[in-house]
Amino acid sequence: MLAFCLLGTLPLEVWLGVRVYRQWRRLALALLCVVPVFVAWDVYAVDAGHWRFDPDQTVGVVLPGGLPLEELLFFLVIPVCSVLALEAVRRVRGWPVGDER
Amino acid sequence: MSYTAIAVVGVAVAIVLDLAVLRTMLLTRRVFWTAYVIVVAFQLLTNGWLTGRDIVTYDEDAILGARLVHAPVEDLLFGFSLVVQTLAWWVWWGRRLGVTPARLGARGDASGVRASARVPRPGAGSASAP
Repeated sequence: MLAFCLLGTLPLEVWLGVRVYRQWRRLALALLCVVPVFVAWDVYAVDAGHWRFDPDQTVGVVLPGGLPLEELLFFLVIPVCSVLALEAVRRVRGWPVGDER
Repeated sequence: MSYTAIAVVGVAVAIVLDLAVLRTMLLTRRVFWTAYVIVVAFQLLTNGWLTGRDIVTYDEDAILGARLVHAPVEDLLFGFSLVVQTLAWWVWWGRRLGVTPARLGARGDASGVRASARVPRPGAGSASAP
């Protein structure tokens, strides 16, 4: 699923030229602001039993807090894909995003 | 708190972050909603797969019970919060770092020297192309 998302959005970077991965520092800073919040939510949810992950369908690496490795990767991949989507729409339609100067 | 309750809080946090804290105002922009529709379509696909195959399972007592493509409706709120917060921070850091090309939406002021120096020329092949 994660590979599908990464491969599916890769053309946006390569061919559409959205230059998201090229702005890796900006991307990393944005992720740093979001990922901890959602990891905390996730750890709480797993602890409270809101949801659980099938051990047979994950690679088996469990991070501190009880999250499978895939879950952390999920919180990196999905935000990156959403940024790619936003920049792709900007690129195609020319609509302002709010960071123009 | 139930998943439902936290999810509602998560959406509220995202809205406040975008409109009041970072003032990125993405929720007022066409570009955001268009991108969000695309993201949601793929969310239904991927999340439906994760939940349909029982890779993730939910405590029925923690959710309302309504489901969309196998996944609890709360997942839509979760996803909305994740996407809005991510994009708000993305725009905010873009403003701060001043790295955004001025090509789009530029008002033609000459002050954006640093930004305009980075403006990609459409059609000029990027060095990262294989």
